[in-house]
Amino acid sequence: MRKNFLHEEPLVFEYPFSDKSAVDFNSPLGDSENIGDLKRTTPLGLSSLSEPEVVRHYTRLSRLNYSIDTGLYPLGSCTMKHNPRLNEKMVRLDGFMNIHPFQPEKTIQGAYKAINLLSDWLIDLTGLPVVAMSPAAGAHGELCGLMCIRAAHEHNGESKRKVVLVPESAHGTNPASAAICGYSVESIPCNNRGRVDLQALNNRLGDDVAAVMITNPNTCGLFETEALQISDAVHNAGAYFYMDGANFNAIVGRLTLKQLGVDAMHINLHKTFSTPHGGGGPGAGPTVLSDALAPFAPVPFLIKKNKKLCMVEHAGLKDSKLSIGRMKGFHGQFGVFIRALSYIMSLGGDGLSQVSGDAVLNANYLRVKLSKYITPFYDGICMHEVLFDGSFLDGSGIKTIDFAKAMIDSGFHPPTMYFPLVVEGALLFEPTETESKQSLDELIEVVTELAKMVRKEELTEYFDQSPINAPRLRLDETHAARNPILRWNPDPLLKAAE
Amino acid sequence: MENYFYTKEHEWVTVKDNLATVGITNFAQKQLGDIVFVEFPKQGSVYSQGDEISVIESVKAASEVYAPISGKVHVCNNDLEGSPDLVNASPEGDGWLFKISEFDSVELNSLMSRDEYEDYIKNIEG
Amino acid sequence: MRYLPLSNQDRESMLNTIGIETIDDLFDELPKSEVPQKLPSHKSELQVDRELSQIANENLPYSRVPSFLGAGNYCHFIPASLDYIVQRGEFLTSYTPYQPEISQGTLQVIFEFQTQVALITGMEIANASMYDGATACAEAISMASRINKRSKVLISGGVHPHYIDVSKTQLKHLGFDIEVLEPNIFGKEEILDKLDTDLSCLVVQNPSFFGDLQDYTAVANECRDKGVLLIIVVTEPVSLGLIKTPGEMGADIVVGEGQSLAGPSNFGGPGLGFFASLQKYVRQMPGRLCGQTFDKEGKRGFVLTMSTREQHIRREKATSNICTNSGLIALAFSVHLTLLGENGFNRLANINHKNAVELSMRLKKNNKINVINSSFFNEFVIELPRPAIDIIDELVNLNILSGIPVSRFYPNSPNLSNFMLVAVTEINTESDLDLFANALNEVL
Repeated sequence: MRKNFLHEEPLVFEYPFSDKSAVDFNSPLGDSENIGDLKRTTPLGLSSLSEPEVVRHYTRLSRLNYSIDTGLYPLGSCTMKHNPRLNEKMVRLDGFMNIHPFQPEKTIQGAYKAINLLSDWLIDLTGLPVVAMSPAAGAHGELCGLMCIRAAHEHNGESKRKVVLVPESAHGTNPASAAICGYSVESIPCNNRGRVDLQALNNRLGDDVAAVMITNPNTCGLFETEALQISDAVHNAGAYFYMDGANFNAIVGRLTLKQLGVDAMHINLHKTFSTPHGGGGPGAGPTVLSDALAPFAPVPFLIKKNKKLCMVEHAGLKDSKLSIGRMKGFHGQFGVFIRALSYIMSLGGDGLSQVSGDAVLNANYLRVKLSKYITPFYDGICMHEVLFDGSFLDGSGIKTIDFAKAMIDSGFHPPTMYFPLVVEGALLFEPTETESKQSLDELIEVVTELAKMVRKEELTEYFDQSPINAPRLRLDETHAARNPILRWNPDPLLKAAE
Repeated sequence: MENYFYTKEHEWVTVKDNLATVGITNFAQKQLGDIVFVEFPKQGSVYSQGDEISVIESVKAASEVYAPISGKVHVCNNDLEGSPDLVNASPEGDGWLFKISEFDSVELNSLMSRDEYEDYIKNIEG
Repeated sequence: MRYLPLSNQDRESMLNTIGIETIDDLFDELPKSEVPQKLPSHKSELQVDRELSQIANENLPYSRVPSFLGAGNYCHFIPASLDYIVQRGEFLTSYTPYQPEISQGTLQVIFEFQTQVALITGMEIANASMYDGATACAEAISMASRINKRSKVLISGGVHPHYIDVSKTQLKHLGFDIEVLEPNIFGKEEILDKLDTDLSCLVVQNPSFFGDLQDYTAVANECRDKGVLLIIVVTEPVSLGLIKTPGEMGADIVVGEGQSLAGPSNFGGPGLGFFASLQKYVRQMPGRLCGQTFDKEGKRGFVLTMSTREQHIRREKATSNICTNSGLIALAFSVHLTLLGENGFNRLANINHKNAVELSMRLKKNNKINVINSSFFNEFVIELPRPAIDIIDELVNLNILSGIPVSRFYPNSPNLSNFMLVAVTEINTESDLDLFANALNEVL
């Protein structure tokens, strides 16, 4: 039952059912009910555990996870950096945690001040005049930016523009967000330098193009050196320039988006600004907007009136005439804002440019060290992440996924695999700035040793089988998809016995 | 043996008793990997040649199937609902997808013969 | 700078390995920078703590005064062990579980969460979470249209106005025809007559935004006859501890906000969108799904599954553009439900309801106050002789966070200015109720 002190933990529903609870209550303040005839008469089927059992259940489960606290996460385009605990302490201050979104304004001036302070920092760091704070994550920010773009075109009598151009190497969210905005998506090829093919872009631009979305640095880990020419071309064609900010960590504090002619960019606070990923979220995707798009920003937003901050909550009012409307309930990801603010204040302007410096330094160190053993997609300096292709595995019978899974047995989370789609068998490493040289050297040693093994044919099986030291061997994903079991169900025999 | 015709999108079609049976090729199923789901067109709906008519899903990919010829969906291969793996096991046999009626066999002339298709995938595989 | 592990010697030696002189050389390809100069420089942990605490102190937290705030965001007591579990680094600092061999902790939690959501809503399946209730509502409308290929939408006037606004924004370019009924403050909405065979879905909320409880069984039957999908929104999931589930009423999709069980208000974010439905609609669902399977040794394990619906595979044809969701909040929600268990959940709901009824009875004693709702869970509307916003302001001066002015949500309905939404939960005490009732007596 145990492997390295790890326990096989049942589902909460597989513990015996009883009348236990891990929560004790005060008595209700009265005895009357007023629920009409809506009272539920059958049990829901929830579990019943005491507090010690619950704490042990989750603690045991937690130990089956890899995490940034336990090891390096070289996931390209994910920016899995250290999550400072000060951020967690700050968000739990009574005055931040225990305030309700609809308290009277005079009781939440501190909350407004905190949001405003973060906005000011984001505006400074990007050089764009306005930031829409409410988007909940990167993809939500993309939608925000594109909706503002569509509103601007419609306002300017340019409703016929219905196409968004994205590079082939784009994140899947870009075309998905464009589709929700009612736009069709066309892809632009990249050139042999791994960048957007400016010629191809120019050929496609026209009066039907609403926007061009480009990730910069791009998903190959390269800076789009022709960013200025791209933005000029986009603007000359009457379209807007959206920059996907997923990779902002590479350039934070080093140049502004204004310089690059950007009209909109979302900022993933859960990447660049260190808020925890939490096994899938929450994130926040504040979206900076150029002067041309600013009037269309979603509500709510803060304005200053008589030196006091107040919130504009509805579209179509004096201060929000052209707003696209509301994108999210309440006022945005406040808890994520406080964490990001705590991080930004800790590092300061000087620290943030050191962040991008060290992130890019770490990636290039990996690039130089690993390029001797695995094949880099592109020679020369990379930004915060470095892309390898699968050609070093050619002829070995080992697939990229096998190689990556073998890293698990040596104690490392695999890098991003098979992305970007333009590179066959891609391995994309992003070490971030919060890894020491020592931990990078350990990673390099592991990858190097595995790469050497690739060349020894008798070891192919090792890769096929890996990982063998993780809490689970490889899982049958085909079985899961063909016979979807998406929840626990009571054993039919037990149910019949009732 | 019946005459099989092929598209560049890796569908095959063969005609028997005024019904055109459509499936995906062995090459296509290998590219997709373990197939987990086939989304069928509505029976009786009419499609033109090249229209998106169905979607085949594997664990990590989804691939559109395009109508190789114009016509009406006569029947779908219901066996695939419980066993989508038939497409992997027998792509050009039991793993057929649907049958089309009311088509114009002239359109078959625009498709590739088996020999032409084999040359075509040789080029793709380099 | 405490978050940066490279020493200067490390940097020197790494630059050497790369074959360049300075870190700035790595950025040669960037345009010459005009680095912003306004930003202050880095600060000690102590200093950040001081400065942020000072800002936090400018707020009046509901933990310090009697408070009766709801409207889709509810203040409940959170057991200490919940936050301990949520702050375990292995949960807090892990990535989306794309590598299942080393993510079974997160995956099993999602599987348990999906099960709990399905159980409390009375539905067959649930996904791994959405951003919040409002965006989940918009996604549900969009899903309904994928299922029945219709585009007309009817939204009850009892649905949270933010959910309505978000749905309108998010769906505005997708060809929907959305009709929203008038704010249903008196719980007298006639829906049955409005159901047509060309309607894609009907969206209702239970308890409604104004606190009303309603049995939607008859509506559900009529919907089924006309091929209309019924979406039931739940913004206070604690209510499900006591009342009939949306599934039992016949809902096709149930969405809502999980904050109330997951943690403190946090000024409204991050929230937790939950999303439940019937198994037959699974391929049209947005968001991540976790499924059960086996590993090579035959041991049970969990994986993210049916990903071909999602943006990273299906791109512009995906069921949604969502990627990052609310994983950690879903964990908190799930832990709380596990702590409560079947009995605790029922008891919590029961206390909420009885406390609210108790306050309503005390307020009714004042003949200037009119309690509108005939039945409710833990929130109701009162009508006051003058604008609620002024009275709320006067009560703040008496250190009471009393309620929420209904007019805040309906800027175009001045006739609603005298109505106030009042929520009561288990955190309210006997003295809270007294202070509130007495203060109202005083100012009215």
